[in-house]
Amino acid sequence: MRLRTGWLEVLFWSVLAAGYVLWPSQLPFASQVLIAGLFALSYDLILGYAGILSLGHAAYFGVGAYAAGLLAAHGWGEPISGLVAAGLVAGLAGLVTSPLVVRGTDLTRLMITTGLGLLLFELANRLGAITGGVDGLQGVEMQPLLGAWRFDIYGRTAYGYVLAVVFVLFLAARRLVRSPFGLSLRGIRGNPGRMRAIGCRVDLHLAAVYAFAAAYAGVAGALLSQTTQFVGLDVLSFSRSAELLVMLIVGGAGLLYGGFVGAAVFMIAHHYLSSLDPVYWQFWLGAGLVIIVLLGRDGILGFFHRRRSSAASAP
Amino acid sequence: MASLLGVLFDGLAYGMLLFLVSVGLSVTLGLMNFVNLAHGAFAMLGGYVCVVLMQRWGVPFLMALPAAFVASAAAGLILERVLYRRFYRRSHLDQVLVTIGLVFMAIAVATWMFGPQQQPLRLPGALSGQWTLLGVDLNVYRCFLLVVGALLAWTLTLVLERTRFGAAVRAAVDDARVAEALGVRVTLVFQLTFAVGCGLAGLGGALGVEVLGLDPTFPLKYIVYFLLVVAVGGTGSLKGPLFAALLLGVADVAGKYYLPQVGAFILYAIMVLLLIVRPQGLVARA
Repeated sequence: MRLRTGWLEVLFWSVLAAGYVLWPSQLPFASQVLIAGLFALSYDLILGYAGILSLGHAAYFGVGAYAAGLLAAHGWGEPISGLVAAGLVAGLAGLVTSPLVVRGTDLTRLMITTGLGLLLFELANRLGAITGGVDGLQGVEMQPLLGAWRFDIYGRTAYGYVLAVVFVLFLAARRLVRSPFGLSLRGIRGNPGRMRAIGCRVDLHLAAVYAFAAAYAGVAGALLSQTTQFVGLDVLSFSRSAELLVMLIVGGAGLLYGGFVGAAVFMIAHHYLSSLDPVYWQFWLGAGLVIIVLLGRDGILGFFHRRRSSAASAP
Repeated sequence: MASLLGVLFDGLAYGMLLFLVSVGLSVTLGLMNFVNLAHGAFAMLGGYVCVVLMQRWGVPFLMALPAAFVASAAAGLILERVLYRRFYRRSHLDQVLVTIGLVFMAIAVATWMFGPQQQPLRLPGALSGQWTLLGVDLNVYRCFLLVVGALLAWTLTLVLERTRFGAAVRAAVDDARVAEALGVRVTLVFQLTFAVGCGLAGLGGALGVEVLGLDPTFPLKYIVYFLLVVAVGGTGSLKGPLFAALLLGVADVAGKYYLPQVGAFILYAIMVLLLIVRPQGLVARA
């Protein structure tokens, strides 16, 4: 299958690469947005493509974050191998838990994922001797990237590192969702019964994409702990899972870029509104969510997508 | 031995409270198949109504309780009309999103109006203090909770199983289209059921200020407990959620008393295990 590259896609990544010139003083914030975007991309794979409703995706983000943080805190400060290890650990966690998640209805999935998320949060909270508990994991020391670039306080190295990792993983995800495997996931979201009838092993497909998305979430978590050199208990929190859902829905699910757009809009709005008043932010977050769903849950990208395709089909 | 009985007693009272708050959810979620994550917000509303009435207007506690029920039921009735009804036939994802949005808004409004702190509640003298029975200290208020909870559970069962309205609810839930054809006004039945469920949540929230506490994060803090009651209790009857709530209350209190270092961990582990072993709930629907 041919992968067409639109000029919008080129523009999107060029603007991000030009971030050093466009927003030089905001690089740490931009890294955070990219990390949230990657996390939302991983969630898009299971929700937008495979249709698995989860409220516990932060579990894998947190596993990755703690894996990378613990490695670095215990002397393994090499970033790239730490990142790979964290991704593998989170992917393994996803694979182990996937049998519990993929079976059952939306409601069972919702509750199992919520339960697993809370379980891990409590576990990390109770294992304070290892994770630092509510005080967070201290002493995460990173070595220079590729032995050459130190992580500086202006976040220049971190931004380039995050952008490169996110770009590579994005390309892989893009390839994945346009492969026959990705198409069968869409089929399963549309009608699992018929997919089963035409010989698709539904549970296996779902388990595979769940583990894959968990690995992505783990890498996102690892990027966060490596670039901030700290792991807080909130990486596993329920509100992180809920905010993730909001980001993806704001941007538009099932479109790959929706997570990035949503993460940017969400975090910038959070930044400005909560500096006015945190209560204000929370209220408009809720109201925005209700309105988006009332309008048909397309998100920002979905809105433009629909307009473009309706313009193209018009005579 | 005394401590064992004490834990059992506290756990049962706590479970009774969970039952009151969750029973409405077991109708919307279990029977109408609507994922209402905002259920705790109605309980919180009841709690605030009760506290405000008592603090600002000096209304006695026993008068504030029905007011909490009415306020939450009215809020439920209005929200059902303007919002929830549009989502009965939408996907679970839409329902989750809308109700999470409502939770965020409720938290923001509560923080804005009452501040982030815990709300104090002064119980009337007759309901505070201890009784000592066979060497066990019984908190009077928890006895009150047990009695009120048992009475309400009994009343609800009677209404659902013995009245015409109860029959209409059961018919509408079993097959809305056939019920409609037989002359049951399904929309109205659902609307009233939803309102009563919200009212009971409000009553539970008001009764629970003393035990569960009351601050703006209430709807998020306890949502797992409410979902758990429904998930474990199943949707077959009222006995399922009641049984599940009592079990949960005792397990939680006992866990916190005997294994404080493990805390909520056991509870969540039990939840996940139960969902895996019995996805239909402990008391499956016939």
